[in-house]
Amino acid sequence: MITYLPLAGILVICMIDSKRLQLIRWVAFGTAVVTFLVSLPLYFMFDNGTWEMQFVEDVPWVSQFAIHYHMGIDGISLLLVLLTTFLTALAILSTWTAVTERVKGYMVSLLFLETGMIGVFCALDFVLFYVFWEVMLIPMYFIIGIWGGPRRIYAAVKFFIYTMSGSVLMLVAILVLYFMHFKATGTYTFDILDYYNLGLPGNIQMWLFLAFFVAFAIKVPMFPFHTWLPDAHVEAPTAGSVILAGVLLKMGIYGFLRFCLPIFPQATINFVPIVLALSVVGIIYGAMVSIAQDDIKKLVAYSSVSHLGYCMLGMFALNTDGLKGSMIQMINHGLSTGALFLIVGMLYERRHTRLISEYGGIMKVMPAFAALFLLVALSSMGVPGLNGFVGELLILIGAFKSSLGYGLVATIGLILGAVYLLWMYKRVMYGQITKAENQGLKDMTGREYAYLLPIVLFIVWIGVYPKPFLKTMDASVDHLLEMVNPQTTAHLDGAKPSWLNNVFARVDLQQVAKGQGR
Amino acid sequence: MEQVMSSIHLSAIAPELILVVCSLLILLIQSFAPIRLRGYYGYVSLIGVIGAVAVVLTQPQSFELRAIAYSFNDMWVVDNYCRFFKLIFLLGTGLTILISIKYLDNEAMQHGEYYALIIFATLGMMIMASGIELITIFLGVELMSISLYVLAGYTRTRMVSNEAALKYFLLGSFATCFLLYGITLIYGSTGTTRIPAIAKFIAGAGFGRPTIVMGMALLVIGFGFKTASVPFHMWAPDVYEGAPAPVTAFMSAGPKAAAFAAFVRIFMEALPSLQTNWTMLIWVMAALTMSVGNVIALVQTNIKRMLAYSSIAHAGYVLVAFLSAGEQGITSILYYMLAYTFMNIGAFAVITVLAGKGEQRVQIDDFKGLGYRHPVAALAMSLFLFSLAGIPPTGGFMGKFYIFSAAVKEGFVGLAIIGVINSVVSVYYYLRVTVFMYMQTPDAATEREEPAVAFSPALVIAIFISVYGVLSLGLFPAPYVAMVKQSFLTLL
Repeated sequence: MITYLPLAGILVICMIDSKRLQLIRWVAFGTAVVTFLVSLPLYFMFDNGTWEMQFVEDVPWVSQFAIHYHMGIDGISLLLVLLTTFLTALAILSTWTAVTERVKGYMVSLLFLETGMIGVFCALDFVLFYVFWEVMLIPMYFIIGIWGGPRRIYAAVKFFIYTMSGSVLMLVAILVLYFMHFKATGTYTFDILDYYNLGLPGNIQMWLFLAFFVAFAIKVPMFPFHTWLPDAHVEAPTAGSVILAGVLLKMGIYGFLRFCLPIFPQATINFVPIVLALSVVGIIYGAMVSIAQDDIKKLVAYSSVSHLGYCMLGMFALNTDGLKGSMIQMINHGLSTGALFLIVGMLYERRHTRLISEYGGIMKVMPAFAALFLLVALSSMGVPGLNGFVGELLILIGAFKSSLGYGLVATIGLILGAVYLLWMYKRVMYGQITKAENQGLKDMTGREYAYLLPIVLFIVWIGVYPKPFLKTMDASVDHLLEMVNPQTTAHLDGAKPSWLNNVFARVDLQQVAKGQGR
Repeated sequence: MEQVMSSIHLSAIAPELILVVCSLLILLIQSFAPIRLRGYYGYVSLIGVIGAVAVVLTQPQSFELRAIAYSFNDMWVVDNYCRFFKLIFLLGTGLTILISIKYLDNEAMQHGEYYALIIFATLGMMIMASGIELITIFLGVELMSISLYVLAGYTRTRMVSNEAALKYFLLGSFATCFLLYGITLIYGSTGTTRIPAIAKFIAGAGFGRPTIVMGMALLVIGFGFKTASVPFHMWAPDVYEGAPAPVTAFMSAGPKAAAFAAFVRIFMEALPSLQTNWTMLIWVMAALTMSVGNVIALVQTNIKRMLAYSSIAHAGYVLVAFLSAGEQGITSILYYMLAYTFMNIGAFAVITVLAGKGEQRVQIDDFKGLGYRHPVAALAMSLFLFSLAGIPPTGGFMGKFYIFSAAVKEGFVGLAIIGVINSVVSVYYYLRVTVFMYMQTPDAATEREEPAVAFSPALVIAIFISVYGVLSLGLFPAPYVAMVKQSFLTLL
């Protein structure tokens, strides 16, 4: 499938002489574009009516352990795969002038990373998933460590070890699950789908849930596991940050959706209060820290912590709206934050600094840039008509349904989001040009338009007409909820439009349902 | 199982005979042939190794499942289990010889004894794997160890090398005494040294003789030393650091595998009924070995020393598998030792390339900028290191996965957690080397005295074989797993 197309590109690149930078760049970009084009038909051929896996490939890999090469996508992973291929192509395009040393290795790493990422979203076998999950670390480690900023080595090693320590515990949990499944049913399998109906006893669910939770929470990253993120983001080169924010962080959320919720429904319900609390803390904390930053990139990095808090909040609201919101917000965050990092990259390429105080009045010299920057910033803070609004609205609806308090606090986060983004925008773009160096800045080049405009297109599209994106996940989300929490979904599904009227009634019901769950 | 065949089957020891002939031949060539043949000792020994591999692969009596052929009055056995281990030893030997040829040229020490000793050591390992009787196994241990003592001090003009040899010899012979004493105690209480007979005796007499338990404990000490397990690991760092790089490569793979081969055979076949006694002992040893090895490796600055501690840690992982016993545990030992042979010898091959004449450059600092001076060697080195750290898609990952799945299966979840946490710790020091290779630029001084890094076809072949092994074990493990499963069937 499309997973291995980037590898073909790598082969071609390896054969090119490392002096011919331009050719290497074009081949890498071409590979990424072709991968994206090949992945597009997935969307059109995708059957929205079913929650079952589609485009499945299943061959035995290590038959002695019942490990299969089992790949496939459903409504949850489809958009993420597309996001991956889309952002990789743009990220490669964005590095044309940013990376001038060791271009060959850089492109190889990026394409290798793409293979790993698509693999993670498609893998339906625990071991296969784990392999892709870890493989991905290697190119990202090199991208940060070789082409990053001054503290790159620290950031790269921290990134690697932090992520790895989470995932090894997951490995043990996977093995425990594997043998428990054998005890329960008498067959060995690593197939993720086989575990959905396992029905484990509560206390074991709790431990296994914790192991998975730590792995994914580090990746998301949830407060208080977020400390690797600012380091990694700030030190990574632009394309690295884009991919890190756009795709890698989504893997944590995806992991929750794919593993924690369906396999450990009981534990999920038990952990709802803790996860909701951590998410809300993440939202507020991320936003407050962002306000205090004087480095644009760090600001965007901390805003990710805040935004991903929303995703977690929506997911653990455990209702249709929240889940859908969470998923659409993943895509949104990938687009808006990706775009923000690209924009920071453009500024950095021109001035080689990311300090807000070095800028000011940039709008006068770069009007087109200013317009796009504003649009992206607005999308990131969730202004109606742009994509962020759709996601955040759905999440907040879900959150209010689930718990009034968390919903209210999360809304405050929205306001804070507007504060840090607009304030930063004001300081960078408005006012008089204070620094002489900023007088001569050039507006955007054709190449820069080429990688920013497609993102803006999707930002507006999702904002105005999100249906094509939402409909792909309907069946999967409903099915997921049925597995986690049969009582609530049955009740909530019918009453979607008039949600405001019965918020309170439903909150009560939810509480009752939760009580039964315990 | 027990078919007494008093006759002598030369075919059962054919691979060993080939090796004996080969090493004697090398010694003869050295003495009588003209001096210009000096460069060819290595190739002669290589031919011997390949011949032995061919014979091991075709030894007819062991092709059917569970077919066990005893010979030499039940002192010798040829089964799939020992055949698999012999292949590992021969692989390690072959790779070592490929590395050594260029190294010895550099050091101007191209002598026949070197290869003869390496082959004698291999012979010792093969005897350890095939012996089904304690004295035979002991003979194998001695043959292997004595050859290794000499090899460790092979570069006799270098101080560290002499120190390594002496240390290894003193501590090694001390540990061997423990082994022998353990054998004596077991013989004294059971009246036999033959493994099946011991098992039968213990099963029949019931449990309760303290002398047997003492014998077992002494055997644990002896083998603990040979596998460099904590707390019997003290010799390893000094010896690994002092011995010539190819010898270190050799020592870290084959002899360790051989010690485990005999260890497993004695404990699983002769003393299975004492499992309750050894479980706690090995549990503690495994946890200690992993943790001590990995933690001390964190602060090493000499790469050979770092890999020595890493090799201690790896012995700890194997002990986890050993503890899990059963099919999954034993097969995972076989799998892991195979993967370990590839990745560790591969890493040492790269070190040998870099070290240059007199091994001047064995500090981790010396790897600065290697990624740009020698991209291919650095790439291979990164692969070996990632494999040692257990990151997919490499053989090291599959091996660890195998071991920990065995541990979880047998209920040692706590140990598995200690194990995976240890592999996170190990990531730090393995990554440190890649940090130096790719993320730091060498200082002007080291750049200027650009070393004459010497590649040779044989070295490149060795690295290539290791890369292939590491990747194929990681990406397509199925055939190897089938192989180790089959090897296991003859045990127990």
